[in-house]
Amino acid sequence: MILEARDLRKRYGAFLALDGVSLSVREGEFVSIIGPNGAGKSTLINLLTGVLPPSEGHVRFKGRDIGGIGPVALARLGMARSFQLVQIFPGLTVLETLQAAVVSRLGRGTRLFASLRGDRQVQAEAIEVAALFGLADRAHTEARALPQGDKKLLDVASAFTLRPEIILLDEPTSGVSTADKHMVMKILVGAARQIGLRAIIQVEHDMDIVFAYSHRIIALHQGRVLADAAPAVIRADARVVDMVIGRRAPC
Amino acid sequence: MRTPLVLAMAAAAILVLPMVAPPYHVTLMLPFMAYGVVLLGLNLLFGYTGLVSFGHALFIGIGAYTGAVLTTRLGVRHMELILPAAALAAALVAAPVGALCVRYVKIYFGMLTLAFGMVFYTFLLKFYRLTGGDEGMRMLRPSLLGSEWAGFNKTAYLVGPYYYFSVAVLALATFLMWRIVSSPFGLCLKTIRDNPLKAESLGVSVPRYRWYAFMISAVYAAVGGALLAPPTGNVDPTLAYWTHSGNVVFMVLLGGFSSFFGPLVGAFAFIFLQDTVMSVFPYWRLTFGAVLAFIVICAPGGLMGLFARRRPVEIPRA
Repeated sequence: MILEARDLRKRYGAFLALDGVSLSVREGEFVSIIGPNGAGKSTLINLLTGVLPPSEGHVRFKGRDIGGIGPVALARLGMARSFQLVQIFPGLTVLETLQAAVVSRLGRGTRLFASLRGDRQVQAEAIEVAALFGLADRAHTEARALPQGDKKLLDVASAFTLRPEIILLDEPTSGVSTADKHMVMKILVGAARQIGLRAIIQVEHDMDIVFAYSHRIIALHQGRVLADAAPAVIRADARVVDMVIGRRAPC
Repeated sequence: MRTPLVLAMAAAAILVLPMVAPPYHVTLMLPFMAYGVVLLGLNLLFGYTGLVSFGHALFIGIGAYTGAVLTTRLGVRHMELILPAAALAAALVAAPVGALCVRYVKIYFGMLTLAFGMVFYTFLLKFYRLTGGDEGMRMLRPSLLGSEWAGFNKTAYLVGPYYYFSVAVLALATFLMWRIVSSPFGLCLKTIRDNPLKAESLGVSVPRYRWYAFMISAVYAAVGGALLAPPTGNVDPTLAYWTHSGNVVFMVLLGGFSSFFGPLVGAFAFIFLQDTVMSVFPYWRLTFGAVLAFIVICAPGGLMGLFARRRPVEIPRA
């Protein structure tokens, strides 16, 4: 078990956003979390990534309680994330963005007078990841000038550069054109295999993507787990189809 | 590459200036070089980390008063000791002040730095016995490289040894800052400037790096402040007043904060513009206000932005 959440409750004042959510993620799994708006997905992500502490219950990553530990400590422990709204460094090039992630991972950020250009390990790793994500041609393009799909890839690629053990992707294909969605996912899954990622968790609205790539799907509804099963089982579950997926479920 | 050529020409011009220009213009270069050091540091915070300090006069004041106290009260005349002492004093003050300020961003950061600057200004003004109050303190002529330069009158000292000493300090400060912004540390600062949320998700501790940048910029401001005092021979509380902080921010904007050399160009342009405008027109602040408005609206990249064909700087609008 890499990541485990037990009986998570999260209150915002009188509102109970999560009401006893338990889940676990095992080695080698690709787990998708789905649910309609207001089901508690965003809150769940914030708890799983240590942004917010749970009101009750706990989240354990590699056996360690990570409730509310914050993004910096989480990245050091080996969990990376990407964001629903694409997060990039507009003024930095693709390569600089990836170099920053390598610098952070190697703990070299406090080298005040060292030459970044002269750091071969940082340079090589950044180039390697750029190639892995098909961004090598645009290595010297400023992130602000990239097409939307590439911005999304860069956001994810920089998270991968941390060489995390587990990655949490918040809607990895939102804002990406339908034609490019599978391209993004294929690159992502391929890269995950290359760097030896131990598990992927994604929150996704696009059911095509969810059913095509997941080993397991967790459906949330009104702050509770409605179902937690393999895609085939989820597809056959009338309640999930009705409440979460909607009538136009892919066949 | 054009940059090394321009740089070499500028360096050569600075080195030969005392031999060809009248002393008056040479002495105008002294505040340029002092502010140059201040602005290199300020821009690490402003251009590279995305924090606008309106209280940097605090550290300029600390640097200048360190020199004054050392030369008049403690009998220490060596500039080679005054500069590190100024840096140390600034670091000691910047450590707690910075730790508090970097928890805030944007206007809150600016106002908090301004507040600390005003606290120090009031301290200088009210503690007469220690600081000389509004009259300030004398700054005695410091010795350079172990020599008093006793045979030189004040002007000869300033346009000769002191000028070249300032050039050396500015050159060293520029070189070190260039190393800092080209280092892994500099890259981490840029990630914070561009997107703190994303920087944290990559494991960059935003408050810690902002604090480092604050400390470095404070040290630079103090060294610049210490260089500023000997030409006037006097230090007074206006050095730490908030309008002085505003002036240095203006210099950075004038030169262009998105370029490494922009602040140096800004310091140079400010000093000589001020001198020219003041000599022909009594309302120089009016002119400067108009220039500032023009820069913000029409040339947010500053003078460097006008010369260099770079991407336009995005200024946030409401």
